[in-house]
Amino acid sequence: MDTSTLAIEVNGISKSYGTVKALDKVSLDVRRGEIFGLIGPDGAGKTTLYKILVTLLNADEGSARVDGLDIVKDYRNIRSRVGYMPGKFSLYPDLTIEENMEFFATLFGVTVEQNYDLVAPIYKQIEPFKKRRAGRLSGGMKQKLALSCALIHKPSVLFLDEPTTGVDAVSRSEFWDMLHNLREQELSILVSTPYMDEASRCDRIALCNTGHILDIDSPKHMVEKFDGKLYGIKARDMYGLLKNLREDNSITNCYTAGEFHHLLAGAGFDADKLKQNLVAQGHSDVEIKPIVPDIEDVFIKLLSNE
Amino acid sequence: MIGFLKFVKKETLHILRDSRTMLIALLMPVVQILLFGFAISTEVNNVNVAVVVPKWDEQIRQSINKLSSNPYITYKGAIAEHEIDRNLRSGRVDAIVVFAHDFDRLMTQWKQNGNGNAAMQFIMDASNTNTAQAGAGYLNNILAGELMQSNSLVETHMLFNPQMKSAFNFVPGIMGMIFILICAMLTSVAIVREKETGTMDVLLVSPVRPLTIILAKMTPYFILSCINLTTILLLARFVLGIPMSGNLSSIIVVSLVYLLLSLSLGLLISTIAKQQIVALLISAAVMIMPIVMLSGMMFPVENMPAVLKPVSAIVPARWYIDAMRKLLIQGASFGLILKDFLILVGMTLALLAIALKNFKDKLE
Repeated sequence: MDTSTLAIEVNGISKSYGTVKALDKVSLDVRRGEIFGLIGPDGAGKTTLYKILVTLLNADEGSARVDGLDIVKDYRNIRSRVGYMPGKFSLYPDLTIEENMEFFATLFGVTVEQNYDLVAPIYKQIEPFKKRRAGRLSGGMKQKLALSCALIHKPSVLFLDEPTTGVDAVSRSEFWDMLHNLREQELSILVSTPYMDEASRCDRIALCNTGHILDIDSPKHMVEKFDGKLYGIKARDMYGLLKNLREDNSITNCYTAGEFHHLLAGAGFDADKLKQNLVAQGHSDVEIKPIVPDIEDVFIKLLSNE
Repeated sequence: MIGFLKFVKKETLHILRDSRTMLIALLMPVVQILLFGFAISTEVNNVNVAVVVPKWDEQIRQSINKLSSNPYITYKGAIAEHEIDRNLRSGRVDAIVVFAHDFDRLMTQWKQNGNGNAAMQFIMDASNTNTAQAGAGYLNNILAGELMQSNSLVETHMLFNPQMKSAFNFVPGIMGMIFILICAMLTSVAIVREKETGTMDVLLVSPVRPLTIILAKMTPYFILSCINLTTILLLARFVLGIPMSGNLSSIIVVSLVYLLLSLSLGLLISTIAKQQIVALLISAAVMIMPIVMLSGMMFPVENMPAVLKPVSAIVPARWYIDAMRKLLIQGASFGLILKDFLILVGMTLALLAIALKNFKDKLE
């Protein structure tokens, strides 16, 4: 693939902390102007990959390019071209919204006015409180401020490490809307999240766990690729139900997923027969229905395949 | 340059908004100067003295009058010989003067011949050696002074500090300590705080060289220390009455070098420590203790065991305090403190070089 169409190019990056392998030969490409999601639980190595890509850490092996620049040789240039929003709130709590913005603009040699248009959709929402200190903002407002600060120098690639962690559902949804607006401005965005339900808001995603990438694809295609029949099942005694289902040989996998347990049908699975068996085992109000898999089901299936 | 000033503004805001730390930084020198100048002093101002008189006579009465009228002595009255031990043990008195049976005759003999047998005995409570020594000296002067003066072998003059005020001794010491505390400790903690809160990550992922950020961080602390320097010098001159006989510009030049040295030390600590608490511990263990113990601030370098003398030579405060004593108290010319000055300059350059070499613009 032509390099110029790639915002981020990762080739076999590995990184260990002592004996713990945080990243094991990770490779991925982020195209220009796309929102690429790194989806995985805590300990998947997401933050480590971010720190390597924004040139804060050196990788043990492998190479990577950001905005066409090598992360080792050209790290100084990369630093002026990317916007980085770490997972932990990393602004100055004792400075006001306005002072934080001005400081980060100065850091990159620009003024807030210069790139106001880019940040306006986000910054306008917190601007009425610009005299308030950042430490006294709500989670959602802190996140908007952090994003504004990461954007103020008009970066070509935006690195957002778990931007929605610890933020309420409404603000999370708003945040994704903002990211989609930014994509319209031809920004490439690498965003990570532990929430599987946010995967569908990305153009493409990488599912990762314990330093490995399980699969990379568009969320839609990833769900379509799901082979196997998935059912939702519930009964009055959900815990007993899970135990009984796990003893059943015709079921490949079974796990809790909210109101229903999800079960992946194996060879010789028959929904009606299962229902009869469960009733015979003393379960009441048993309900089984076929369901459409979501990213979480894909993730669990990929994990059990490992 | 405008960018740099904006950074300085940001760092100044951090300090101004952390009002507690700023108050400590500004008040600490004032409190310490006043404490060491007035409350805590090594001068012995009050020696409690009782006397044992076997036989009263006019000579003894005169001597006791001299004792009780002396401002450094509190006269506690006459006691019997068997009460000596009890009085010293209970701490009621620090010293007891035992007059000889034939005090009158012995004194007259001394006055005529300039020699003779002992006419009195001082029994000191030496559990505090400082008080005991000073007390014995006072008593000697008061009671036997006139004899000594008439035909003495030695004549002593206390130059520069004739009243032996301990404040004269402490002010240079406090200066040596305060600047290290404010420049090195507060600066290193301020830099490490950025690492701890994660803001350093964001700062590093920017075109600005980390060195710029750090210089900007040091500037307000440098200014703060200059304010402290002014406060200390004014207090020392007008409240403690320190002569400040040396050249003022020499005092300032040497102090500014010492401030830079402290800042470099702070930078070095910040390259080692990852948490604020570690920076604090390093500051306390590596800086405060040696400064207090080994710099000559409290204990004279000359009295140190041979093993500790070379250690004290690497404590920067030792050279600064030495130079300040010479400049503030003795009124020495710059030429006399040139050695101290050059050592301080050398140390500053060495520390700065190590700190910059140690400074990383990555996380590992």
